[in-house]
Amino acid sequence: METKKTFPIKGMHCASCVRVIEKSLSEVAGVSSATVNLATEQASVTYDPKIVTDQVLSSAVEGVGYKAELEQKLKTDMEQKEEKKKELSKLRNKVVFSLVLGGVVVAGGFLGMPAWMQLVLAAPVQFWAGLEFYKATIPALKHRTANMDTLVAIGTSVAFGYSAFVTVFPDVIRKVGVEPAPYFDVSTIIIGLILLGRYFEAKAKAGTSEAIKRLIGLQAKTARVVKDGQEIDIPISEVSAGMVIRVRPGEKIPVDGEILEGESSIDESMVTGESIPVDKAKGDSVVGATLNKTGTFTFQATKVGRDTLLSQIIKLVEEAQSSKAPIQRLADLISSYFVPVVIMLAIATFVLWYVVGPQPAFLFAMLNMVAVLIIACPCAMGLATPTAIMVGTGIGAEKGILIKDAESLETAHKVNTVVFDKTGTLTNGKPVVTDVLVQSAKFKVQSVLQAAASLEKGSEHSLAEAIVNKAEEEKIDLKKVEKFKAIPGHGVEGLIEGKKVVLGNRRLMQREKIQINEKEIEKLENEGKTVMMLGVNGKLAGLIAVADTLKTSSKEAVNKLQKMGIEVAMITGDNKRTAQAIAAQVGIKRVLAEVLPDEKEKEVKKLQTEGKRVGFVGDGINDAPALAVSDVGIAMGSGTDVAIEAGDITLINKDLSSVASAINLSKKTMRTIKLNLFWAFGYNIILIPVAMGILYPVFQVLMSPILASAAMALSSISVVSNSLLLKKYKI
Amino acid sequence: MSLDKILVGLFGLLGIVFTYWFFLMKKEKPVNVASEIDITVSGGYSPEVISIPLAKTTKINFTRTDPTDCLSEVVLSDFRIKKELPLNKKVTIEITPEKAGEFKFTCGMNMYHGKIIVR
Repeated sequence: METKKTFPIKGMHCASCVRVIEKSLSEVAGVSSATVNLATEQASVTYDPKIVTDQVLSSAVEGVGYKAELEQKLKTDMEQKEEKKKELSKLRNKVVFSLVLGGVVVAGGFLGMPAWMQLVLAAPVQFWAGLEFYKATIPALKHRTANMDTLVAIGTSVAFGYSAFVTVFPDVIRKVGVEPAPYFDVSTIIIGLILLGRYFEAKAKAGTSEAIKRLIGLQAKTARVVKDGQEIDIPISEVSAGMVIRVRPGEKIPVDGEILEGESSIDESMVTGESIPVDKAKGDSVVGATLNKTGTFTFQATKVGRDTLLSQIIKLVEEAQSSKAPIQRLADLISSYFVPVVIMLAIATFVLWYVVGPQPAFLFAMLNMVAVLIIACPCAMGLATPTAIMVGTGIGAEKGILIKDAESLETAHKVNTVVFDKTGTLTNGKPVVTDVLVQSAKFKVQSVLQAAASLEKGSEHSLAEAIVNKAEEEKIDLKKVEKFKAIPGHGVEGLIEGKKVVLGNRRLMQREKIQINEKEIEKLENEGKTVMMLGVNGKLAGLIAVADTLKTSSKEAVNKLQKMGIEVAMITGDNKRTAQAIAAQVGIKRVLAEVLPDEKEKEVKKLQTEGKRVGFVGDGINDAPALAVSDVGIAMGSGTDVAIEAGDITLINKDLSSVASAINLSKKTMRTIKLNLFWAFGYNIILIPVAMGILYPVFQVLMSPILASAAMALSSISVVSNSLLLKKYKI
Repeated sequence: MSLDKILVGLFGLLGIVFTYWFFLMKKEKPVNVASEIDITVSGGYSPEVISIPLAKTTKINFTRTDPTDCLSEVVLSDFRIKKELPLNKKVTIEITPEKAGEFKFTCGMNMYHGKIIVR
């Protein structure tokens, strides 16, 4: 089968480059077409992936003097890290500088330091340390927008400007009846404290994205490729699908693939969160970035670059962290009006204090206005939700719980009913034949199995596999089937040696008007087995009982959810009795049995009309409609072919108890978000009026601008720290 | 009431009206984008409002020239994209909108806003 790949080309200048590259690519054996676009600087190649590798394509492009970027690197953010580090140390220097000079100015104020000396000390704080406030304000004003920095810039400029004025022209101030005292302490300490707040905030914020950095860091750097009997180490970016790679004990598996030779025990906990090492042998799939523990093996790379499970996980987590939780909408709406409203309130504060305030009216008016500008903190509101979502999704990813977006994380905490799909979710999904009972004297166990297996050979049903496997085990030869037909929800039928043979459930027998022995069937069903009935020419020939085995974690998972007060239900196509027998083993009381595959979705909707918030747990492939319609679809992952996009939450650790963990994580995250928002809103709602002087008429209490800056610095730090506290919770 | 108080009151009122008009009543004309657009990030986004075609891939190149920490991230939450914008480096984001409407993009702390109109 052919595939098409589009990749960027570097170094093209003109239309002739296009033709040169197109020609070179088309000449590669296995390439059926190649087009190059100059405007987008991209090549699109259709080729046979069995013959053509990425390396061949890239050397064809390089051979004519250009560069093909077939695999983009995950993120070599060393540069970015360095830049961040530099910024942070510059910020720290500014904090120390402004707080030391500010301290000197404060002390100088008490000790009678001359005003001009204070001006000399305060000026570099205002215009060097505080330069970033101006740098952010001026371009913002050009855009007619305002932000946090605008407020700080206006506030400190007012304090500094007034102080400089009284220092240079003290007589002018005296003439209007005000004692010419400067407020350089206010301007310097405010800048120092706000920068200090910013420094701690930046440090704390780095902690919120730790999980994603850790995931990126998991990536192996090199791979030991086996080629022509030789082994060479090559950078991971040059590994392409199809290459054979050797992994020795203690080494990381570089990319996803399938074991060709050898066996080993592999620790996959870092990627899937599955705690116990898994034994793998020839034919088993291996996951890139996991750790090979004991054996040596070679494997063929199947997925490289951004197709590997790890890359997909990273992409999903990054996307989830960029999405917005519905709870954030109000905060967003408020923060878009916030700064202009604060500026208007500050002006109103000045006017009120000047017009109706006590003497010296001008000083009260100015200081209170500065306090209002400084105390307002839109950052806390902006940080409240995203930081918690980042930490929450990060914790999930570390435990093998992948959350698709912030909305899913938010909705999960409201789930009060969890519906488990039975087959493949609560059970291993690999049923085995437990009993074969002959129902007619004309048949033997062997012939019943033979007819059933022959018929089921063409079926894709999971029960069919069990019967065919059993027949293979018993070394029974299968017969040719004609006119095979699968009847959804009933079973299968066909002609074997001219006889009409049907195999399926009661419904099929009713349809075919075949008499059945209820007693015997019931006995098997009470044991939790699924009974398949074999009818030959309108008569019951035999019964085949098939049972699926429960997963070891099923009971504990159900138990955990029930303890959390969540109703647990099981949904299955099995008949009621079989279903109830299985459900009883894990402690589930509500059973939705005899549900056809395409009816699962309807059952979920039915529960929703009862007012339930439904979480549906199933596999990502067959249960996609039910996963989609449920409030929170939880998909169970398996191996490397995880249908990551299928559910709102994907459990790549395959551990059913993670359903409870995911709901718990959602609860904890939401609690953190609510606390953050409460704090961020409450802070502004309470302290802005205090800064305006609302307490003054009764208690004679005013907010000093310095105190305001300390409070403001603390408010965003506290929000980020509260989000980081999530890491301490056990989920 | 003395003259200075009347004047302060009057200028204050004017200041409030001006602040409202200046920050909250601005209207940006959208810039029509065919397939690619450069957006400069400095004190906001220029252009701030862009109009892009439905169901086609549009490249948006952000270049941040403003050191303000808040602008160091751009978030297109409707498209689930969050990107770091290193100073003076072009960062390209590709989006292929599947439905028409207005979508906001903001800085990491939601202080600066831009708008994408899908037509």
